[in-house]
Amino acid sequence: MFHTINKSPFERNSLDTCLRLSKKGSAILLFEDGVYAALKGTQVSAKVEGAVGEHPIFVLGPDLKARGLSEDHVIEGVSVVDYGGFVDLAAEHGAVNAWL
Amino acid sequence: MAEYVFETEGVKKTFTFLNRKAPYGTIYALEVLETVLISAAFEQHANIVFVDDGVYQIKKDQDTAAINMKNFSPTYGIIEMEKEDADEDEDMDMVWRIIVEKESMEARGLSPDDFKVEVEVLSSAELADVLEQSDVVIGG
Repeated sequence: MFHTINKSPFERNSLDTCLRLSKKGSAILLFEDGVYAALKGTQVSAKVEGAVGEHPIFVLGPDLKARGLSEDHVIEGVSVVDYGGFVDLAAEHGAVNAWL
Repeated sequence: MAEYVFETEGVKKTFTFLNRKAPYGTIYALEVLETVLISAAFEQHANIVFVDDGVYQIKKDQDTAAINMKNFSPTYGIIEMEKEDADEDEDMDMVWRIIVEKESMEARGLSPDDFKVEVEVLSSAELADVLEQSDVVIGG
């Protein structure tokens, strides 16, 4: 299964609920305001650092860049992908759920 | 006007409708509900799931008269009837489940008696399996 999160973890519980209801090994992509969950040194970093061992986690590069963020800010183990990578992830996995 | 032909003969998938928003404050709940009703027309398997504030969608005794909005909660009763029809009709190859996540329900101080339809209460781990086994997930 492929999970996408496009909302900030500081505004919504999408990240928490996704982590609670996803099976180990299913992929998670953070994009739009969801990219804030991918950053080091925040209140939710520990949560994402813990999840890296359980899930492949990706963050959309263009959305980082748009928000003044770079790969240097991203938690180790979270992979930066471009739009093509996003498409590949959706194609590779089964059902997609958008955690709004 | 173009004529659309839906080739659904022999197509059988399991749809999970993942409701995560309270009713009335936003349009999410109503939009997902309409999608559930459409899937009924195609005789597909469906899990209608309530998680997070989505559990408030099926709270008993909703009365929207004073906020000038349509009370759409009676429609969940239609879904329950649809599920019962599918359960009872041996010729119908359609399984519907109405599921509430235990953690979300308890966090809001609710119990199955608070809901206007009969629900299966599953833990998050059990619900994760249901999601993983779905062909299509529609969230809102």
